[in-house]
Amino acid sequence: MDTLVQQIVSGLATGGIYGSVALALVMIYQATEVVNYAQGEMAMFSTYLAWTLLNAGVPYWVAFFATLAIAFVGGLLLERILIRPVESAPVLTIVIVCIGLLVILNSVAGWIYSYIQKPFPSPFPSRPIQLGNIYFGAHDIGALAVTLVVLAGLYVFFRFTTLGLAMRAAAQNPMSSRLCGIRVGWMLAIGWGLAAMVGAVAGMMVAPVVFLDPNMMSGILIYAFASATLGGFTSPGGAVAGGLIVGVIENLVGTYVKFIGTELKLTVALALILIVLLVRPSGLFGRAAVHRV
Amino acid sequence: MAALLNVRNLEARYGDTRVLRGVSFEVAEGGITTILGANGAGKTTTLRAVCGMVKTAGEIGFDGRRIDGRATEDIVRLGVAHVPEGRGTFVQLTVEENLRLGAYARRDPGHLGADMERVCRYFPVLAERRHQIAGTLSGGEQQMLAVARGLMLRPRLLLLDEPSLGLAPLVVREIFRIIRTINREERVSVLLVEQNASLALALADHAYLMETGTVVRGGAAAELRENDAIRRAYLGY
Repeated sequence: MDTLVQQIVSGLATGGIYGSVALALVMIYQATEVVNYAQGEMAMFSTYLAWTLLNAGVPYWVAFFATLAIAFVGGLLLERILIRPVESAPVLTIVIVCIGLLVILNSVAGWIYSYIQKPFPSPFPSRPIQLGNIYFGAHDIGALAVTLVVLAGLYVFFRFTTLGLAMRAAAQNPMSSRLCGIRVGWMLAIGWGLAAMVGAVAGMMVAPVVFLDPNMMSGILIYAFASATLGGFTSPGGAVAGGLIVGVIENLVGTYVKFIGTELKLTVALALILIVLLVRPSGLFGRAAVHRV
Repeated sequence: MAALLNVRNLEARYGDTRVLRGVSFEVAEGGITTILGANGAGKTTTLRAVCGMVKTAGEIGFDGRRIDGRATEDIVRLGVAHVPEGRGTFVQLTVEENLRLGAYARRDPGHLGADMERVCRYFPVLAERRHQIAGTLSGGEQQMLAVARGLMLRPRLLLLDEPSLGLAPLVVREIFRIIRTINREERVSVLLVEQNASLALALADHAYLMETGTVVRGGAAAELRENDAIRRAYLGY
C-alpha cells in the first residue's frame, strides 16, 4: 500500500513534467496546427543555460527566473526568425523547419557542452519528506508544486488578462482577431515564448532526475506526445491531465508489471498513443475537429 | 457634408481575375451609405479592401489620410470597425469576451465596463447572455454580437457586410432599426453592403450600385428607390 502511494506521487511528479511539455506542444498546436518537434530540445537548451548560470555562482532561484526570461525571449525570436517566413507554407514545411531546429539545438548543445552527462542541482532538500509511515522524495513534491504553480499562472494569464484573451482569440479566429486590431503574428510569437518558458521549467525540474545531457528530453518528448494525445491536442487542460495520467501509469506499470520494468517503460507511452488514436482519436478531453469543406 | 471615406479607382484581383475595376465612391461623415449588387459584383471585396485585407491598387482616403496599403490592425486603430460577412464570432469564447476583444484596439481601456453597458442597451439580449459561449447563440444574436463587437471600438466608420444574411425577416428588420439608432445616437458613419436592396435603400441616405467589379450608378437612396429600372432589377416590383 505504501509503495503504491509512493509510486503514485512520484508518477504525478514526472507526470507534471510530461504535462508541461505536452501543454507547450498544445499551445503551439492550437495556434498554428503545427506540432513543434523542437519543443524538447528548446527545453534542454534552456536547462543548459540554467546550468551555465548556476556554474557561474548565481543563486538557484535567480538562475531559475533568469532562464525563464531567456527562454521566453529565445522562443519569441525563434518564431520571428524561423517560423514567420514559412507561416503560410504547407504544414509539412513548418514541420521540417521544426525538425531542423531540433537537430541544430541538439548538435549545438553537444558542441558547446559535450555529450557527457552532467549533474543538475535540485533546489529542494535531498532528505525525504515523511507523511505518516510513507516517505516521499522532496524533489518529487517540489517539482510537482513548481509545475502546478506554473500551470496555475498560465491559467490566470489566459483566462483573466487582455493579452491572454487576445492570444486565445488569435488562435481561434485570426481573421476576426485582425479586425479587432490584434497583431496575430505577435500573438503567435508570444505563444512560442510562453511555450519555451513552460518547457524550460520542465527541463530544470527533470534534469536533477535524468541528469543533463543533450538527449535528455527525447524520451520525455515522446511521453509528452502520449500525454497530449491522451488528453487531446485541442485541450490545454487535457494535455496536463494526460501528462499526470501517463506519469502515474508509467510508474505503476514499471513497478508492478515485472516484464516491463524500466527498460520497456517508453513502450508503454507508444502503446498508449496507439490505443488512444484507435479508440478515441480526439483524446479524453479534446473535441473532434470539424472542418468545412 | 465632408466625405469620411473616399475611395478612388480601386483595383483588385484574385489570381488572374479582376474583381474590382476602378471602383470609386464616398461615405459621408455621419451618414449611411450602401453598396448594392448581385452576388459576385465585388461588394465584399470592396469592404475588405477598405480594411486592408486584400491587395489593391488605387486610393483609399479615410478622414483625409491615405490608408491603402496599411495593415488591417492599423486601420482598425484609426476607428474603422468591420463586421465581416459570416459575423466572425469567436465561437468558443463567451459573449463578454467577444465584446472585450472588440475594444482591444482602444487606447482608453478604462471605459470597458461603461461601453459594455452602452452596447448592451442597443442589444439587451447580449446582456442576458453575457456569460454564454458565443457559438451557442442563434444566428440573429450572433449578428447582434458582431455589430456590438464593432461598436466596442467606438468607431468613426462601421463597415457592415451583409448583416441580413441567413436571418429571418423580423430579425433583420430589428437589426436594421438598431443600426439606424446607432448611426443617429453615436454619430458613427455606416457603410453597408447588402443584397437585400429594399431594406438597404430604406435605411441608407446614399447608395451605389455595383456590377461585375465597377460602380455603375450612385446617388441619393430615395432617388434610386424611385428609379424604375433599378426597381425592376433590384427590388423586384
